[in-house]
Amino acid sequence: MQVVVFIAKRLVAMVVVLLLVSLLVFSLLMLSPGSILATLLGTQPTTPELIHSLEERYHLNDPFFVQYWNWLVNALHGDFGQSIQSGEDVTTVVADRLPVTLGLAGLALLLVLVIGIPAGMAAGMRRGKPFDRLVTLLTIVGMSAPVFTVGILLIYVFGVRFEIMPVYGAGEGFLGRIEHLTLPAVALATGLTALIVRQTRAATMTVMDQDYITFARARGLSRSRILIPYALRNTALPMVTAAGLMLIGAISGTVIIETVFSLQGVGSLMIESVQAKDIPVVQGLALFIAVLVVVVNLVVDLLALIIDPRIRLSVKG
Amino acid sequence: MTTSGSDGEDVLLEVEGLTVTASKPDRTLVRDVGLRIGPGRTLGVVGESGSGKSLTARSLVGLLPAGLHAIGSASFQGISLLNAPERTLRRLRGDRISLLLQDPFTMLNPSQTIGAHIGESLPRDVRHDRQRRSREIERRLLEVGLSSEVAQRFPFQLSGGMCQRVALAAALASDPDLLIADEPTTALDVTTQNDILRLLKGLQEQRGMALILITHDLQVAFSVCDRVQVMYAGSVVEQAPAAELMTEPLHPYSLGLLRSEPPVDHYVGQLNSIPGNVPSPDSVRHVCAFAARCDWAADRCRSARPGLQTVRAGRTSACARVESIAEELRAAVAEIEHERSATPAPPAGPPILTLSEVRKSFQSTGLLRSSTRTVALNGVSFTITAGESLGLVGETGSGKTTIARSILGLTTVDSGTIEAGGLDVTSYRRLKSAERKRARRFVQVVFQDPYASLNPSLTVGSTLREVLALRSSSAADDEVAELLRQVGLPGSYAVRRPAALSGGERQRVAIARAVAMRPELLICDEPVAALDVSAQAQVLELLREIRRRHGMAMLFITHDLSVVRQMADRVVVLYRGEVVESGDTGQVLDRPAHVYTRKLILAVPGRGRRPSLPAIEPG
Repeated sequence: MQVVVFIAKRLVAMVVVLLLVSLLVFSLLMLSPGSILATLLGTQPTTPELIHSLEERYHLNDPFFVQYWNWLVNALHGDFGQSIQSGEDVTTVVADRLPVTLGLAGLALLLVLVIGIPAGMAAGMRRGKPFDRLVTLLTIVGMSAPVFTVGILLIYVFGVRFEIMPVYGAGEGFLGRIEHLTLPAVALATGLTALIVRQTRAATMTVMDQDYITFARARGLSRSRILIPYALRNTALPMVTAAGLMLIGAISGTVIIETVFSLQGVGSLMIESVQAKDIPVVQGLALFIAVLVVVVNLVVDLLALIIDPRIRLSVKG
Repeated sequence: MTTSGSDGEDVLLEVEGLTVTASKPDRTLVRDVGLRIGPGRTLGVVGESGSGKSLTARSLVGLLPAGLHAIGSASFQGISLLNAPERTLRRLRGDRISLLLQDPFTMLNPSQTIGAHIGESLPRDVRHDRQRRSREIERRLLEVGLSSEVAQRFPFQLSGGMCQRVALAAALASDPDLLIADEPTTALDVTTQNDILRLLKGLQEQRGMALILITHDLQVAFSVCDRVQVMYAGSVVEQAPAAELMTEPLHPYSLGLLRSEPPVDHYVGQLNSIPGNVPSPDSVRHVCAFAARCDWAADRCRSARPGLQTVRAGRTSACARVESIAEELRAAVAEIEHERSATPAPPAGPPILTLSEVRKSFQSTGLLRSSTRTVALNGVSFTITAGESLGLVGETGSGKTTIARSILGLTTVDSGTIEAGGLDVTSYRRLKSAERKRARRFVQVVFQDPYASLNPSLTVGSTLREVLALRSSSAADDEVAELLRQVGLPGSYAVRRPAALSGGERQRVAIARAVAMRPELLICDEPVAALDVSAQAQVLELLREIRRRHGMAMLFITHDLSVVRQMADRVVVLYRGEVVESGDTGQVLDRPAHVYTRKLILAVPGRGRRPSLPAIEPG
């Protein structure tokens, strides 16, 4: 029951945030230089019919908030208008590009979690030992290497030098997709893995110093028992928070990676649209990313509820 | 299987020449410690911080902090413990030897239920049988006096005493032959401490289990243990049966510890203390560790390190002069009882602080739950007259600290009034800035933890100059030196930082800082609770002296009734935010009227220096 109330409260807050964001996103139209009509027309041939349909759709003769309201109602129905470049529906354009980006971000996140958390925990439990020093050194390299440099390096080594991995396009079929997305995902994951290793290492070191670990060892509990319900469970909260931020970071990282690897994803769509001043597409993308960020945050909060009984069961019992 | 000692007694654990060293920087923390305990016996290891008592315990179960190494020999039923492989130790831990730690709130896994804690510690065959497991968890909870519903709760939902009971049940779940309890009651209230000690003693007797109790409090050791060994600066200085140590210590340090405890049943005009500080084990490698603080020290004490020698059966002492001073030590103990002084007459003057009907509650909001209100103060009224010392007694959560914070303006009460020095300070926010300044000078505070209340990056001198500058614009260096002298520290300490000071010295600096403002009311919030026994008496005596010199009034907040006896003219007993009893210290402590006050007095360990644990009637 309390969980339902909590989620309801969070959903209301989400709606408020999204309304604010949508207002900003809609203002993009007003803020872009030149008349709104000229912006919306872009490079399309200026026919009286097109002008008429745009005026009708955007209610260009009405006051700002009426325009915003109409735009918002349409947006809620999934209608962000047509792309200035292709004339297709914005929703269709974005939906076409989405699978590549989601695949890329998902694969990168998987790499980050599967490599980063065990490596960070192992390093944290062996503080000051050679393994810990090696991992710490690697994280410094990983954090200081820019995403595009790693991408170009990977392309050179695996695509040009040894020619064992594809370096262009998104591939066909499930396996082809994975094969094509591996290098970009590795490039994207490098910096993020370094970050999560650091986070996990610090959290593990803190937890391993706690009395409850000493007390668990003093009772002769097995290694795996200490590792999972004690160490992992108690480091999970900061990890989940970090992983949420990272997923959001991974989405913005795709903008660069998709350009480096010539992938037709949402990131490259964003760049194309900004360059072509394709405002309706930019609006659609901005709102889509806002929804994603808000949803990721909600998921993080819900996971925190599951992980930590202190949050779940309030302050006093 | 038990091995026999040289004197024919059964031996469960025998430690010889245990030395613990740190590698970076290279130093010795425990030197040449021996220890022996038979099956079903109890041994108290007593010492102040830095004596190496906890490290000794940790090294026996192979749980020394990283960077520390142990050498020597420790044999547990024929198995060598020191530097044994982790696999051997893991099999021993829990099943044969278990360890109980000090802080009940940090000892349990915060994200695991109580049932899980006990369940995971049960023997393998019980652990894997679902039905037996839950039956056994219930039985173990009952054994430590908790109901079976507790199994579903999480540690943060329980009180400190309950957590310590759970930890005890978990430590004993695999029925070990030896339990090492490291200060298991130090973090608890007096009444809870007494309950836990009785439980520990009861379980030890029922199970016929051996117990090593590590504590800084001699009276706690006396109340539970057959034998006691006293440690000082990393070495053992005396081993004796508890009953004999109490009346006949054979080392001046043991006597010092006995004398440093302020008595609860009578007032003492001059509190005894051991002058100086505990040295590091390395600095006293070639001399008697206690020589610098000993009244009986002779040349031979400073020329070689005396070893532990057997004085007679069952008694050892590391005092080189034990033969010649034994009589004097015995006489000094006998004297403790007779050092009664008349209680000084309380000053009569106008009230300078008046609390009337003060109420305060706190709201706590969980993420999921609607907010809950906790009443901290429920209509508290009392006054302090000029120059008077008022003791405020109560357990954790009774509202003592909330009162101090309200008087200081760190929190604002919901209703009622607080008047200090003719000003209505109920709400500091409503005061004009000049009035606020006056109120803040009127009352100053000394906090409990001197490790946290001084800014670690400021030197002692800067800390004091900062305060002096508030009082007058020209704060001279000789004023700082004068302040330090008043609190018994050399002027050279002005250039030191808090990290270079011991706990007692830090508390002196904190007192100097508070006194620098020449307040009319000094609030002391548990000022000696975080200090070692020998430093406690010094700080209490210092506070008395300062009060005599400046004639300031004191609000002395404490849970320790012996401190109240020595420091307060009058006492107010607080229970769950309400004043349940108040009156002259002598009257309240000798003839308590309220059942809670009686319970508090009965719970003082070693009350009247009797070795048995006092019984507590329910209520």
